[in-house]
Amino acid sequence: MEKYDGPDSGNVRFDDPWYDALASGWGELDGTGEPAPAVLPARGEHEDRTARAADVYLEVQHSAAFQEVRSRYRRFVVPAVAVFFTWYVGYVVTATTAPDFMARPVAGAVNVAMLAGLGQFLTTFLFTWAYARHARLRRDRAALDLRWDTEELTRSVAGGER
Amino acid sequence: MTGNHQTLALLLFSVFVAVTLAITTWVSRHRHGSAEEFYAGGRLFSPMENGFAIAGDYMSAASFLGISGLIALFGYDGLLYSVGFLVAWLVVLFLVAELVRNCGRFTLADVVAARMSERPVRIAAGTSSVTVSVLYLVAQMVGAGSLVALLLGGTSEAARAWTVIGVGALMVVYVSFGGMRATTWIQIVKAVLLMCGAIALTALVLVRFHGDFDQLLRTAAERSGHGDSFLAPGLKYGGDWTARLDFISLGLALVLGTAGLPHILSRFYTVPTARAARRSVVWSIGLIGGFYLMTIVLGFGAAAIVGPDAVRGSNAAGNTAVPLLALDLGGGAASTGGTVLFAIVAAIAFATILAVVAGITLASSASVAHDLYASLRRRRAKPRSEVAVARTAAVGIGVVAIALGLLARDLNVAFLVGLAFAVAASANLPVLLYSLFWRNFTTRGAVWSVYGGLVPALVLVVLSPVVSGSPASLFPGVDFQYFPLENPGLVSIPLGFLAGWLGTLTSAEPPNEAKHAETEVRALTGAGAV
Repeated sequence: MEKYDGPDSGNVRFDDPWYDALASGWGELDGTGEPAPAVLPARGEHEDRTARAADVYLEVQHSAAFQEVRSRYRRFVVPAVAVFFTWYVGYVVTATTAPDFMARPVAGAVNVAMLAGLGQFLTTFLFTWAYARHARLRRDRAALDLRWDTEELTRSVAGGER
Repeated sequence: MTGNHQTLALLLFSVFVAVTLAITTWVSRHRHGSAEEFYAGGRLFSPMENGFAIAGDYMSAASFLGISGLIALFGYDGLLYSVGFLVAWLVVLFLVAELVRNCGRFTLADVVAARMSERPVRIAAGTSSVTVSVLYLVAQMVGAGSLVALLLGGTSEAARAWTVIGVGALMVVYVSFGGMRATTWIQIVKAVLLMCGAIALTALVLVRFHGDFDQLLRTAAERSGHGDSFLAPGLKYGGDWTARLDFISLGLALVLGTAGLPHILSRFYTVPTARAARRSVVWSIGLIGGFYLMTIVLGFGAAAIVGPDAVRGSNAAGNTAVPLLALDLGGGAASTGGTVLFAIVAAIAFATILAVVAGITLASSASVAHDLYASLRRRRAKPRSEVAVARTAAVGIGVVAIALGLLARDLNVAFLVGLAFAVAASANLPVLLYSLFWRNFTTRGAVWSVYGGLVPALVLVVLSPVVSGSPASLFPGVDFQYFPLENPGLVSIPLGFLAGWLGTLTSAEPPNEAKHAETEVRALTGAGAV
């Protein structure tokens, strides 16, 4: 299911609005070692197809399936970023402004500062695990389905007249 | 250091150079010179390979030698650095890695330019990427020069200059002949070596203290002469309010800068899917986190076993703490074990610098060829292969980095790295986040946010005490210091975000709904990703 379409992808995508003439492998070598000619379709036709390909993306964006994937992503990422960023900034600010509090001993030579520092390592590992798990279970499958559907739609729009 | 150390260290280092050159030759044996191959290694690396390569790209000699040295000298304050360097990866994992993999092809500018009017955005993002890369590159070159001077005893200027030139020449060979594939394998080899070296030394330190971490901390605190305050923040950054604000500024730059580093972003394009990009970041967080945990043990171990006075006596910035620790753990300066361990650590440090330098050179040659040359070349000029331009650019960047590395050899390495992070966080991160997440973002907003972060960051550095106005600055004779902090992040990062917002508000062009829909759908689903 990993999709890889090889070094010739530049050729099949010449009418993809995402990579217009400037970005799409200008002067990349084709099979014969000569610079590949930049292929530009007739102007009107190009704009027409671009417009309809754009409609596909708007349509997908408004679909319920996509809104669901997006809100699952946001519902995890927004609070998670808020929590770890606040925790990190709080840690740095406390370390610089309240060293006395941080120096308070807890057990043996270990003090609050040491616990907080190791706590940052621990929470980073936990957040990483939680994010990877959330994405794998809650997002990957729906995103892959949407990917195929979207590519089907753009292909049928773009390839209609060829 | 005695002749034995030098010979063995040089021998091991030559072996590493020979192996990496062999990799480069083997990889470039059947290259077909496509941009996909040169910039992204064919996009077929596995998540584990890419995770090791990311870790190899990120853990520079500044981390290995610098952070453990800072811990050995200042105790807890050194640890603050490693926390920032690690937590930064959450920003990358949550907000950047997958979306960038889905939206772009080779560079940061690809992601932004897709939504906007292409030329001005590419020129802006390309310029800031090259600036960040060159700053980071100079830091590594300066590090290479001083490392050689320290480890091989010869503090002669000629030896340092030749090291910088040699490192520069090697990296140009790696990058222009082997492209991303050779660079990636060099980084993987280096990451494995670095992890093995760190694990071995950590184990030896813990064995010395019978696995008692508490005992290690207590001995370190006693030997430091600071007592318990060695284990609490404040020894290095606890002075006046300027020093404290400076540290907060550095902390912000570290945590937000990683996601804007061009050589880190370009690594996500070497795997086939966004899912693989996510899994490679998970691998690299594991490796980088484990590594920084070990530098804590190594740093306190150096303070406890070698002692801060001996460390400071060898190098005032503490950069030689780990090599000295290795010498002691192996059995002392006169023993075979000590000599071997010392030589291994020195060779790993060299390998680290070479691998990091190759990664940055590749990323900046991509920015020059794919963004700047593509936008600025004359319309009717004879079309040239983009890869040929990138190879030439790698040579050009190599020459610039060697020249600047020779000029800046007296600057502090950690400062230069912090500066590169600050510029990346101010110029690259705002535009990247806005174009991925903000519906109304426009071309003017994109251009303003890049320059609105880049220019203040650079200007504030020029006006800072680093450049003039204090005995330790670059030009101690003159005084045009108007900005008190050494790290500009605290001011320039918010300015980058503000400029992007203002540019968008004042923009005459209406936001393009369709292009935003396209970015959002592509970013989250991977539709149409290459």
